[in-house]
Amino acid sequence: MKEFIEGSHAIAEVIKSCRPGVISAYPITPQTHIVEDLAQMVADGDLKSQFVNVESEHSAASVVLGGSATGVRVYTATSSQGLFYMQEVVFNIAGMRLPVIMTCANRAISAPINIWNDQQDSISLRDSGWFQLYAENNQEAVDFHLIAYRLAEDKRVMLPVMVCMDGFILTHGMETVDIPEQEKVSKFLPDYKPLYKLDPAEPISMGLLADPDYYMETRFAIQETMRKSVGYLSEISREFNDVFGRDYKDLLVEEYKLEDAEKVIVAMGSVCGTIKEVVDEQRAKGKKVGLLKIISYRPFPYARIYEALKDVPKVAVLDKAVSLGAYAPVAVEIKSAFYGKKKGPKVISSFVGGLGGRDITMETIYEVFRRLSAKEVNFDFVDLKPELLKEEYGE
Amino acid sequence: MENRPLFKSGHTACAGCGQAIAARLVIEAAGANTIVANNTGCLEVFSTKYPETAWGVPWIHSLFENSAAVASGIEAALKYLGKKDAVNVIAQGGDGSSGDIGLQALSGMLERGHDILYVCYDNEAYMNTGVQRSGLTPFDTNTTTSPFGGQSSGNLRPKKPVPEICSAHGIPYVATASAGFPQDLTRKVKKAISIKGPKYIQVHVPCPLGWRHETNQMLPVAKMAVETGLYPLFEYENGVLAARKQIVPKPVEEYLKLQGRFKHLLNNPEEIKKVQSIADNNIKKYNLKLETQG
Repeated sequence: MKEFIEGSHAIAEVIKSCRPGVISAYPITPQTHIVEDLAQMVADGDLKSQFVNVESEHSAASVVLGGSATGVRVYTATSSQGLFYMQEVVFNIAGMRLPVIMTCANRAISAPINIWNDQQDSISLRDSGWFQLYAENNQEAVDFHLIAYRLAEDKRVMLPVMVCMDGFILTHGMETVDIPEQEKVSKFLPDYKPLYKLDPAEPISMGLLADPDYYMETRFAIQETMRKSVGYLSEISREFNDVFGRDYKDLLVEEYKLEDAEKVIVAMGSVCGTIKEVVDEQRAKGKKVGLLKIISYRPFPYARIYEALKDVPKVAVLDKAVSLGAYAPVAVEIKSAFYGKKKGPKVISSFVGGLGGRDITMETIYEVFRRLSAKEVNFDFVDLKPELLKEEYGE
Repeated sequence: MENRPLFKSGHTACAGCGQAIAARLVIEAAGANTIVANNTGCLEVFSTKYPETAWGVPWIHSLFENSAAVASGIEAALKYLGKKDAVNVIAQGGDGSSGDIGLQALSGMLERGHDILYVCYDNEAYMNTGVQRSGLTPFDTNTTTSPFGGQSSGNLRPKKPVPEICSAHGIPYVATASAGFPQDLTRKVKKAISIKGPKYIQVHVPCPLGWRHETNQMLPVAKMAVETGLYPLFEYENGVLAARKQIVPKPVEEYLKLQGRFKHLLNNPEEIKKVQSIADNNIKKYNLKLETQG
């Protein structure tokens, strides 16, 4: 049913339809509206979940870990410092192959403290063994949560999934969203049947010490699952389309006006909506530009990206994150997809923008296209304020 | 199912380990219908080295400091499944993972009112990493990070009162116990399990390696800690001191001289006096002294 609704409320509605048995969270802006709504649903008796209010994000992640190990579907949500405070548990959940689902309401990292959007938080946890799916709008954010549960609980997968949605821009943005009907959700996502669980009838030990004779294979196994999951995402996407009538193709990337494109921006998340507007305006003027939106950042779809961009002469990667002291995180992966290959862009330039909630406007996107020239640039910051830098360095 | 061993032999604990004995007593008292969440530490390492496990009950280890939170999730899941009344949940860890790095998670578990028994095996230092001091290391103890030296007589501070901290949460049951008094430990675990809500039991468990005593002296050392008043055994019910084990107090020197970790104190009457005053305070605070006939 279509509703004009705030992103966080839409997420709470879809989580309710997924029927988690244990929900645990700790308040952090801009994630709060999601878990407040879920708490109200439990209080009203509309959602039969155990809602565990914890004293920290470390415990929120630990509670859903324990719930998942006991064989029930679980949910948590966080942001920024909260995600970092969970970090130890985040890695642990993946290592224990527990199908935990988390919403990351993307927010900047302190210091300086800043509650506004960028993607430094989730990107910093890219090596944790979690899938990361980035939503462009609230319909995608809703749908990706359904897909996340299906993917995580797939017996071939058994790994956690983080659905990343830009803080405030999506979490607090009002959009018309098709909230999936319960009947369809139950068809697409049946009750969770765990492979293993903590049960006195069949006692097992979980989380054992693995010495050098055993540890490496556990990491290899996750890497293999991630590699194969590139294909599972396509399967699940087809089934999703059959039930809900929305086609996310392979769920790895979205190609937007890439045919014959000479200049393409690569990006993740809500900024892709702004880029599409600019691409449309430019195309109307006969300019050959396009967008490659990355949906799945983990696993990173190298082969799919190679296919999409191999004939594009100039590519700009727009990161809403920075790897201080190195190339920007998405840019470095895009470049590596073409290393040593016969075909590929002549130029892959890297831009960093939108940090700490600085608005990426259509003018910003025009600026990126302008700066995308024959001269390759690396971590070129857009929308910097020179007057602030002068003050900083006393130049 | 009831007859299966719940904590099997063949694990790799050191000879004379008080924690191994206490852990077996705890799980046998709790019974087969129990799920255990275990912090990182000696017990976790020596009982579950892949591909073997000593545990005959469902058991999970996640991290160093989060067993109380993991157990909270287990309990919540059991409630959701409608199985909580049939299954006991135990969270457990050592003194460091319970009273230092895991104190926040423990406090959260207690404050939220989960129906969980938390067991802290108190061997009074970080033994798994090589005898570094914890917040529960006694005053003047010689550890690798509170060494005795020309300017120091060992650990600077007395034990953190974790049982009292737990009791201050207003929970129904808090007790201390000792590997030296197995029947008492068993009774307290059974009592705790019979009470709904959060419970905390702290068990004093000698560590021959860290305390530097002979491996066959585990029981006498544990008993002497209680009999000197340095490790009082008591029970708090709903925040009120409900019971304590009374003693004919022995001088603390009797306890100190059994262990290498206190060897540096033996020719230092000033320091022994300070340790004796800690025991005397306990004896007064918990009214431990048994009034003998004549």
